[in-house]
Amino acid sequence: MTDRYPGYDVMAKRWTPSWNEQTRRVVDQRLAVLREPRFFSGAEWRTLNAVCARIMPQPKDRPPVPLPAYVDEKLHMRRLDGYRYAQLPPQDVAWRRGLAALDDESRAVHGAAFHTLASDQQDTLLGRMQRGELTSVAWGDMPCQLFFEHRVIPDITHAYYAHPLAWNEIGFGGPASPRGYVRMGLDRRDPWEAAADRGV
Amino acid sequence: MSTRDEARAAPRAINGRAPDVFRRGEWVPMREHAEEEEVDFVVVGTGAGGAPLIARLAESGFSVVGMDAGPYFRPLEDFASDEREQEQLYWLDERICDGANPIVMGGKNSGQAVGGSTVHFAMVSLRFRPEWFKSRSALGYGADWPLDWREMWGYYQIAEQALSISGPVRYPWGPRRPRYPYRAHELNGAAELLARGAEALGMKWTATPLATVSAPHGRSPPCVYRGFCRFGCSTNAKQSQLVTFIPRALAAGAEIRDLAMVGRIEVGANGRVSGVHYHRDGRWRFQKARNVVVAGYAIETPRLLLASATDRYRQGLANSSGLVGKNLMTQSNQAVFGRMAQEVRWYKGPPSLAITEHWNYEDRKEFFGGYCWMAQGPLPVEWVTIQTSSRGLWGQALRDAMEHYIHQVGLKMVGEMLPDERNRVTLADEKDQYGLPIARITYSWGENDKALIQHALGQMQMSLEAVGATDIFRQEDDTNHLAGTARMGSDPSSSVVNADCRTWDIPNLWVCDGSVFPTTGGVNPSLTITSIALRTADRICALAARGEL
Repeated sequence: MTDRYPGYDVMAKRWTPSWNEQTRRVVDQRLAVLREPRFFSGAEWRTLNAVCARIMPQPKDRPPVPLPAYVDEKLHMRRLDGYRYAQLPPQDVAWRRGLAALDDESRAVHGAAFHTLASDQQDTLLGRMQRGELTSVAWGDMPCQLFFEHRVIPDITHAYYAHPLAWNEIGFGGPASPRGYVRMGLDRRDPWEAAADRGV
Repeated sequence: MSTRDEARAAPRAINGRAPDVFRRGEWVPMREHAEEEEVDFVVVGTGAGGAPLIARLAESGFSVVGMDAGPYFRPLEDFASDEREQEQLYWLDERICDGANPIVMGGKNSGQAVGGSTVHFAMVSLRFRPEWFKSRSALGYGADWPLDWREMWGYYQIAEQALSISGPVRYPWGPRRPRYPYRAHELNGAAELLARGAEALGMKWTATPLATVSAPHGRSPPCVYRGFCRFGCSTNAKQSQLVTFIPRALAAGAEIRDLAMVGRIEVGANGRVSGVHYHRDGRWRFQKARNVVVAGYAIETPRLLLASATDRYRQGLANSSGLVGKNLMTQSNQAVFGRMAQEVRWYKGPPSLAITEHWNYEDRKEFFGGYCWMAQGPLPVEWVTIQTSSRGLWGQALRDAMEHYIHQVGLKMVGEMLPDERNRVTLADEKDQYGLPIARITYSWGENDKALIQHALGQMQMSLEAVGATDIFRQEDDTNHLAGTARMGSDPSSSVVNADCRTWDIPNLWVCDGSVFPTTGGVNPSLTITSIALRTADRICALAARGEL
């Protein structure tokens, strides 16, 4: 992976005026997420781990952001979104059924559990889910496309881009309180913002 | 306990005091009323409509209790500089969405806090185009409001003063208005690009009038451009209801009850309302009141009116017209995004620092209604939502797209959608944590809505192309803001409330929030909601003086 902002680390601002006490507490709590599932069963957890690794592949040269743990936490803590599409069951039912159905599809097509498939096989199944092409009876009345769009994608990608490692990768300033920004215009950078590697 | 649950652990506005939002750990005195005391007004909801009404009624000498389902936040202590944590500001209880174009709820349109959605709104504070108050007779669509724009112009001015709006000296569209109380904020990179694009297209643009101060005001310091405006302002520069009308209300003797979920309005034997049943601190309670004002916004307001049905009012309260819950409107919020060679770093400063209302004031187009567009500054979680929902990206392709974050630029519309009775709020069979039926929200775009959206997407794309953006893509499916479901009008058979926000059916039941909008216009609704609330307070005083309450 290319490092677009070499040396930039949002966490290095932790004790600067960019971070206040409540933000430190919140980010600490996020980084301390429990790595063991409290909501998902063993089989569901293995499938979820495999799904997260394909939806948001991560560089091999650092410990991964523990995405399955954040999905599990959301479900365990019953953090709702404020709405759900009428065609989808509540999020806990949706996740259990969706992961079981994906595994069922995998066994039907490849004769093996989803988490044991090769990456390209996993991607193919996920792509078919996205396009609404999976047909296992295990889906019940839940459209697989909506499950992909409203559960798989947001629950995994939101967790990733709420993590300081992701902020470093994209050059986001991260927490900014009480200090905000001073240099506002195009091509202006405050000293506490990410500096791009412009090459030599 | 998770930090996110701390503010919701127990009510804070109790024992004769409420949180002082300007001082850490401090309190302000609060008058309290006994439940058996018949107060003059209970106001359900403390947002853009409820809070100004509570303050003005209390300042006029009425006894007032304002209730909110959400917590009483202390911004200086509770608000982290973090997108996910601050989901604590939203109404996240379950709602079921259907129709051809289901509305995404939560942060886009629903707050749950003392101060309502204004705690997380983008602070954009715009006046309606005058003709929109008579859109049926002046422009040929929708419905006429029973309000005169010249009267509203006066209330807009009062609202702008009360919220210390920062804006331009001369606003380029519409009838003359006074200069804004505070100077406009400087532009960030995203706003500069809106301005360049508008000029290339021959359109006027301006710095957006915003409810965040550009110089100190009272105990609010000037905005320091943190960019987390839509996730709660941790410095109090933002002039939300929580730090403006709510403190005024307390100082004038109003009581605020936080974490108080109203589940039913009680109707007496005489057919008038007599108080509200509400859940607070673990049990159901009842507050007697001479008048009840519902100010819960376009989902919770009809939900409460419908759920309060009695043998006498079988279709819900104030619903003899059958229109409670109908004519729900949202606003089209599509966008066009692209990538610049320069670093834009759109996360700095308020997200919408520049605006063009060109197509709100230009009628030479093939559809009804108007729209504006504004500069954008999505933070990472919102930005990944846009990338995935608009482009279907995931895996390595998503990672690659996200890496261009600080070079992105975008324009996002706020567009008028037309009222349609089929777009509505009803009660589902499913119950919430209080045992109350949850709302079912049904929404489908009409042909006019689709035509307006396509027009706007084309215009915004031209603007981005004109500034040299590349890799342009469209966000075709997004909405924000709510309106309708208890519309005001001049005829009891075709509206729920009159111009004074008083229900036609029950004289001591009122609705004061965006629900009363007959049409929604092409600008953000909050300033209009607040202005109507200020007018309603004056009307209530006038009616009371004549013995007509």
